[in-house]
Amino acid sequence: MKKIVSIALVMILALGALTGCGAKVGDTGTGKEASGTVVTAGSTSVQPLSEELGAAFMDANPGISVEVQGGGSGQGIKAIQEKIADFGALSRNVKEEEKTSVTEEIVIAKDGVAVIVNPESKVGNLTLEQIKNIFTGKISNWSEVGGENAAIVVVSREEGSGTRGAFTEITKVMEKNEAGEEIDNTTKDALVQGSTGAVMQTVATTPNTIGYVSLGSLSDTVKTVNVEGVTPSEETVLSGEYRISRPFLYVTGGELTEAAQIFIDFVLSEEGQAIVEESGFIPVI
Amino acid sequence: MKTYEKIIEKIILISAAVSTISVALITVFIFQSGLPVLAEYGICEFIFGTTWSPTNGSYGILPLITGTLSITLGALAIGIPTGIACAIFLSEVLPKKAAKAFKSAIELLAGIPSVVYGFFGLVVIVPAIRSYVLPIYQIFDPEVSATGFSILAGSIILAIMILPTIVSISENSISAVPREFKEASLALGANKGETIVRVLIPAAKSGILSSIILGMGRAIGETMAVILITGNMAKVPGSIMDPVATLTGTIAMEMGYASPTHQQALFAVGIILFLIIMLLNMIAQFSMRGLGGKAS
Repeated sequence: MKKIVSIALVMILALGALTGCGAKVGDTGTGKEASGTVVTAGSTSVQPLSEELGAAFMDANPGISVEVQGGGSGQGIKAIQEKIADFGALSRNVKEEEKTSVTEEIVIAKDGVAVIVNPESKVGNLTLEQIKNIFTGKISNWSEVGGENAAIVVVSREEGSGTRGAFTEITKVMEKNEAGEEIDNTTKDALVQGSTGAVMQTVATTPNTIGYVSLGSLSDTVKTVNVEGVTPSEETVLSGEYRISRPFLYVTGGELTEAAQIFIDFVLSEEGQAIVEESGFIPVI
Repeated sequence: MKTYEKIIEKIILISAAVSTISVALITVFIFQSGLPVLAEYGICEFIFGTTWSPTNGSYGILPLITGTLSITLGALAIGIPTGIACAIFLSEVLPKKAAKAFKSAIELLAGIPSVVYGFFGLVVIVPAIRSYVLPIYQIFDPEVSATGFSILAGSIILAIMILPTIVSISENSISAVPREFKEASLALGANKGETIVRVLIPAAKSGILSSIILGMGRAIGETMAVILITGNMAKVPGSIMDPVATLTGTIAMEMGYASPTHQQALFAVGIILFLIIMLLNMIAQFSMRGLGGKAS
């Protein structure tokens, strides 16, 4: 009997210690001064970068806290309209109808995706339309785009990957269906690899493959394809000539607070842009 | 009872409780996180749906289940005969000293990190299948084109990975068969081969079976190596040259950036994986009990 009681006691104690796990850790709204907080909200593609920048910024400026929220690019515009964020984060250009609510657009980084093929491939240039059709499976033989008569092996990234998100969005592989839902039409016959390195290794060693990796991590084990005649590079991305690229914007809806001004200065400083580069994006200065 | 004995007893009790509680907590956590999606999406649609495309809201995991089962079966088909043959060779054919060196080399295999196996598979096995196995395959079906990322590649690598488990446990149990069994068999005029097949293996059956079960557990749960070499194509495979995605590989790859519903769906995949492993363990244990009864 004694034994059972003590076993039960130990179990209860252990469980008691674990109930602490149930509390949400996300409550950050305590003990901050209004002047000392910078809020960014918007694109989930910019979110990881904002978090990195925010963390480094808070290390350097302990008095100011940076809060990063997601929601999507549209949410970024909404957040500055409703004045619930200092910066709206966008991973696309500001649309015409949104221009009225935006006072300033600040490009903090650029994101580019390179299309790569096996080094033995004869194809050196593809149009955006061809790329879209290859990745949706409508074009399945290299001869249709000027290569040899061989089946195209598409190599894609896993669902939810940021690179896949950027690539499918820009090339329109991801499109709205009739009901208005975003549908990722990447062919089901695609090999899927879970990292940039694995995609490069696969494309480098497997004949007739085509894949995509973020521009920052290209190496010469694979052949890079020109898109609409433009070679992907930092310069062509920054100038906007290379089409599979997108800007990361912070937009503002009015006067910046002092804290927000210090934050944006930090983002555009050498230190901030070094973080941009480390995160795999292209710095703007 | 002395005080320190009591204290030590409590410490041991807590240690024992930790492992039990861990199992309970993990189970509760996985089920809690995954069940809402299962309930909302429908268990049948989830298990028998053939489209896994979380971004588009379809969560059918039949391709993942067939993927996991096919490479596990493939690994066992290659690994069991090789492993048992190797165990017999070590315990019955090789002289003791050579066997020791041989065995420690095999056990070294167990210490290699799985991602290294995966990389080896990616660089060696996958191209080898493309250039040597594919031409043989094409004799029968000239239409086939394959990249080498396949069930076959996954099975070969997994078979190598489960070899140490199968070999060392089988070898131990074959060596543990009493000398008298062997001597009696030889005395009755059976030759070495007959003695091994008719006497030693049946006597060591339960050990060999448990080595297979442990190997199977490792094969089903293996993730890193498999991600790199099976191609991760969420499609029900038609042949051993087809790429497949596995349950574990999908969870590992997609968990990082998954949206909330997607994440819940991955936990639901975890539930299914959990249930499959439990089921296989139960089947294995029952069959072992049955066999063990006959053997003794």
